Amino acid sequence: MSSCGAPAQTATLPANIDPGKEVVLSGRVLSSGAPVGGAFVRLLDSDGEFTAEVVSSEGGDFRFFAAPGSWTVRALHRSGNGEVSVSADGPGLHTLEVAVS
Amino acid sequence: MSRENVLVSAEWAEQNLDAEGVVFVEVDEDTAAYDTGHIPGAIKIDWKQDLQDPVRRDFVDREGFEKLLSAKGISNDNTVILYGGNNNWFAAYAYWYFKLYGHADVKLLDGGRKKWELDGRPLDKDDVQRTGTSYSAAEPDTSLRAFRREVEDSIGKKNYVDVRSPDEFSGKLAAPAHLPQEQAQRPGHIPGALNVPWSKAANEDGTFKKDEELRELYKAEGLDESKATIAYCRIGERSSHTWFVLRELLGYSDVKNYDGSWTEYGSLVGVPIELGAGKK
Repeated sequence: MSSCGAPAQTATLPANIDPGKEVVLSGRVLSSGAPVGGAFVRLLDSDGEFTAEVVSSEGGDFRFFAAPGSWTVRALHRSGNGEVSVSADGPGLHTLEVAVS
Repeated sequence: MSRENVLVSAEWAEQNLDAEGVVFVEVDEDTAAYDTGHIPGAIKIDWKQDLQDPVRRDFVDREGFEKLLSAKGISNDNTVILYGGNNNWFAAYAYWYFKLYGHADVKLLDGGRKKWELDGRPLDKDDVQRTGTSYSAAEPDTSLRAFRREVEDSIGKKNYVDVRSPDEFSGKLAAPAHLPQEQAQRPGHIPGALNVPWSKAANEDGTFKKDEELRELYKAEGLDESKATIAYCRIGERSSHTWFVLRELLGYSDVKNYDGSWTEYGSLVGVPIELGAGKK
């Protein structure tokens, strides 16, 4: 049984994922333009309710598989926090950048 | 049950890293995080390798648990402080095991790895070795664990707290949003279940909310305090977090974790399933 733990975050999509069928929110956490690894990246729904959380990779990468709708991606790091909003009307790959300061 | 008996703060932990009889244990599904830096002196338990049966869908039996703890150098009289990533899910799951097998003094580190890292507290990569022990576990306390028959039979009689996200609960998603969505089982929830996502019990930094806030939260969502409660999620980790809140922090007496959870229930033939948002 695979668990609910967040997998390692990578910049490229796993081979079994078809972005034509899923809403994929993918991006990087940045601080003054430099990638921030080890940030806690939280996906919040349109009511601001928590939906999922992953830890950004060394290159600052993160990824969520969501449903169509409005989402906020919020990053927490000891150097600071930041967030960005995205509206996903349907399946597809949405690329985001979250600046923390 | 009081909070001090089951939970320690990051501050307390940092002051007690070398305390006699206190063992810090990092529990994760993927121990890569431990290897890149762990709380000084902490040993690791791998949720999958160490705590799950390699063949059957079940967790390690009593003998396996004894073997594991003996090899890890944990004694029956140690104070075990569990922490981990993923907002302490796996640590909470391990806490539930320690309770099932009768460990006397086990606590969670409030906020787990997240709070520790956000606070900028020390981590190191030192190899931690403890002398082996001869650990003796009790028979599993089944009053803490729900199996599917009880779950089927108790619909309408007990509180069901479904701790998955609203989209998983309603049937819109089949898994949490950080995982791919292809799943064998039918989506939805157990009829009459309350949907109180585990995350509502936690602050952004991973620490638990205050007791009053927690009690108010479950009451507002419709938890009947006069009834027994079964918590479930997809496979029983996130619900361990809520089981911890309901039984260990709030002190409700009859609270079980259904670790079969949705991946079992949603695969059963002929059981009732409800779709749509929760009712209050």
